[in-house]
Amino acid sequence: MKDWRYWLAEQRGTLFAFGIFIVMFAIYSANHPAGFTANVVQTAANKGVLLAFVAMAQTLVVITAGIDLSVGMIFTLTNCMASWLVIGTGLETGFGVLAVLGTGLLCGAINGAIIIYGRLQPIVATIATGAVFFGLALLLRPVPGGSVNEDLADFLTGRFFGVVPASLVALLVVVLVVWVPFSRSEFGRAAYAAGSSEMAAYMSGVPIRRGKFLAYTLAGLLAAIGGLFLTFFTYTGEAAYASGNAYTLFSIAAVVLGGVSLFGGKGSAIGAIFGALAFRTIGDLLFVFDFDPLWQPLFQGVILLIAVSLGAFALFRVRNRLEWFL
Amino acid sequence: MDGAAPLFRMEGISKRYGGVRALEKADLTVTAGGIHAILGENGAGKSTLIKVMAGVVAPDEGTMTLDGHEVSFASPAAANQAGIVCIFQELSLIPELSVADNIVISDPPKRFGMIDRKAQRRIAEQALARAGASDIHPCALVKDLPLSRRQMVEIAKALARKPRILILDEATSALTAADVAKVFEVLKRLRSEGLALLYISHRMNEIAELADHCTVFRNGRNVASYPAGSKSDNEVVELMIGREYSHIFPPKPGPAPAATTVLEARKLSWADRLDNISLSVKAGEIVGLGGLDGQGQRELLLAFFGVLRGISGEILIDGKPVSIASPTAASHGRIGMALIPEDRKTEGLMLPMTVRENLSFAALDRLSKAGIIDRVAEQRLIDDMVGLLAIKTAGLDIPVGALSGGNQQKVVIAKWLMRQPRIILLNDPTRGIDVGTKQELYQLMRKLADAGAAILFYSTDYDELIGCCDRVLVLYDGAVKRELVGAEITEHALIASALNIHGDDNRIGLGGKA
Repeated sequence: MKDWRYWLAEQRGTLFAFGIFIVMFAIYSANHPAGFTANVVQTAANKGVLLAFVAMAQTLVVITAGIDLSVGMIFTLTNCMASWLVIGTGLETGFGVLAVLGTGLLCGAINGAIIIYGRLQPIVATIATGAVFFGLALLLRPVPGGSVNEDLADFLTGRFFGVVPASLVALLVVVLVVWVPFSRSEFGRAAYAAGSSEMAAYMSGVPIRRGKFLAYTLAGLLAAIGGLFLTFFTYTGEAAYASGNAYTLFSIAAVVLGGVSLFGGKGSAIGAIFGALAFRTIGDLLFVFDFDPLWQPLFQGVILLIAVSLGAFALFRVRNRLEWFL
Repeated sequence: MDGAAPLFRMEGISKRYGGVRALEKADLTVTAGGIHAILGENGAGKSTLIKVMAGVVAPDEGTMTLDGHEVSFASPAAANQAGIVCIFQELSLIPELSVADNIVISDPPKRFGMIDRKAQRRIAEQALARAGASDIHPCALVKDLPLSRRQMVEIAKALARKPRILILDEATSALTAADVAKVFEVLKRLRSEGLALLYISHRMNEIAELADHCTVFRNGRNVASYPAGSKSDNEVVELMIGREYSHIFPPKPGPAPAATTVLEARKLSWADRLDNISLSVKAGEIVGLGGLDGQGQRELLLAFFGVLRGISGEILIDGKPVSIASPTAASHGRIGMALIPEDRKTEGLMLPMTVRENLSFAALDRLSKAGIIDRVAEQRLIDDMVGLLAIKTAGLDIPVGALSGGNQQKVVIAKWLMRQPRIILLNDPTRGIDVGTKQELYQLMRKLADAGAAILFYSTDYDELIGCCDRVLVLYDGAVKRELVGAEITEHALIASALNIHGDDNRIGLGGKA
């Protein structure tokens, strides 16, 4: 086989998610009353990147064969923090942003430390830390409120040169600064190795613990970036329990749509981003077709089920039944 | 060997797991530029010894010296740093990563803090070439490679770490004959380059070809150490098992003249792996499948067992055509088939579950009344099986993963015998198990055949085929190339037909995949 075929096989999940997103978005913009305009793209991008950040966070953890049920709560907590801190002069705003991101890193590091050094199951550990993070968010914002540096917010949610949505550019920058170095570093590879076969990785002298710890910590950071953007879009902070949980669950859906294996060791954050954008577009389809909002959860669930099933079609081509279980 | 200063020395090493003594004051001396074979039954302490050397387990007592300095290793990474690299019997490759990723996994080349993919590719290609496996593409995912190729990657990976002491634990057990020859050349070259090699194998002929020095382990101790070639095979086996070595294979009574054909295939084909295979197995007959590894033997067994989809041709049971859609269908009803799989850890056992649960899995329907398991009947049947196969276990309610390899394999076999199968398919059942257990399995196979079972037996060990089978079908590239009956089954005939060499004109048909 030629090199590019191996590349293609490796990227299949990502390309699949990209394809689904393109199809969904084409249907969406074709039926949108305003059509495919900069405005429509900007609105869609702003809604999409929130889930994209949280899905990226989830990807890092899922790659290690773990799961992070606290990402939505880190997202909520940092939103509440930002509504207090990201305000004032340029310097004050800058410190605020750093404090918010630092909190995200800390939340992720706590998750990582408990799971790796405390040897707790990721699912239980993150349910518990998620509750703690939400508790803190509630103390910060018992009622919705607060504000944010509107210049910065408008700059990052607006458009560059009148066409390019700034939030998409921010997403791209985060991919280049966080995901690409991580995935190509020794620790990123250790995270993949630990997810694929932790025992083999240990036997090979791979720095498993540092790899996993970095994955959880960066997941916290990415969720915090999401929280920051949520504040930029809403101008307020709100300790919304349902929304935090929804983001956690949707991030898992986005990750699966993006071709990241929940068994670990396989997939990419790029796929998860397209998974997130596609998932968001599914929700928006209702809007352009003028459905009753009451139908949205049902419709969204059915489309998600279909999209995930498409990925399973490959199983029909399996001629050796043992491959079902690989 | 004389005159060379020891490179590495272990003295008085002991290790206990719970109450079980794995090593008891064991000693070992390794010199550079030599191949040192370690022999012993499974459970003799070889695996623990090399795990101690490789930093996987810490010894309870004893000292290790490298170049005259005392050392201890906290992890496999620390042992690697010191130049001790081990190729483990349990593969240490990461399935979702590519071959190149795996080869450089412990110390990837870096540029600006990120992994340098070009350099990585170069290192991988060199290491593969050095291991004689240039046919493996560095971008291929390890999980897509067959077992024999993975083992070659494992060897390349070890070489890429530039070891001073290389430990091979059953490293050739999954290799094809052609690969074994290549690996042996590599090992001999490494010896001449001054490496110390520790070689652990159950295959006596490999040790005879490679080793300079041998040490025999028994019950956690080194019981004898001698220059290679100074003892006969029989003497060595006696040292290993500590008892008189009776003739290993049971006598073959020959097929009963009135026996009926139980299992038959007519023009069986599947994808590009099975090509027009016709065969038949009578009640009481042991039919061997021979040939190089990976010529379709496994697929043939899977085809009978209902695992493969899209088979053409016919399968007949008792002369009647049947279609077998799943392992459940194959094992139930009048078909009564059992498959002892190749990889007992993934296809044969649920390792964390208990011995009892593992034993009953295949027979639950027979042991249940209205869906409820009859505990008394289950216990009775399990007791029978544990007795029949002499399974050594500390209890029925311990995880099956805690048993030794040989006893795990016995559990896999016992599990299927609980259904009293009429047709038994065996896929290389003796891989990586010790001489004593092998011998018991040979006896058992013959006993089952005498009781009327039809047995189809694939083995990568030619001695087994010669010793156990009434007939041997040699496969090459998915087709039956030759049938050997009775006295025709000789090592020469098996190897010649496995390589698809036609007796007189010496034409070698090694086209396609070998």
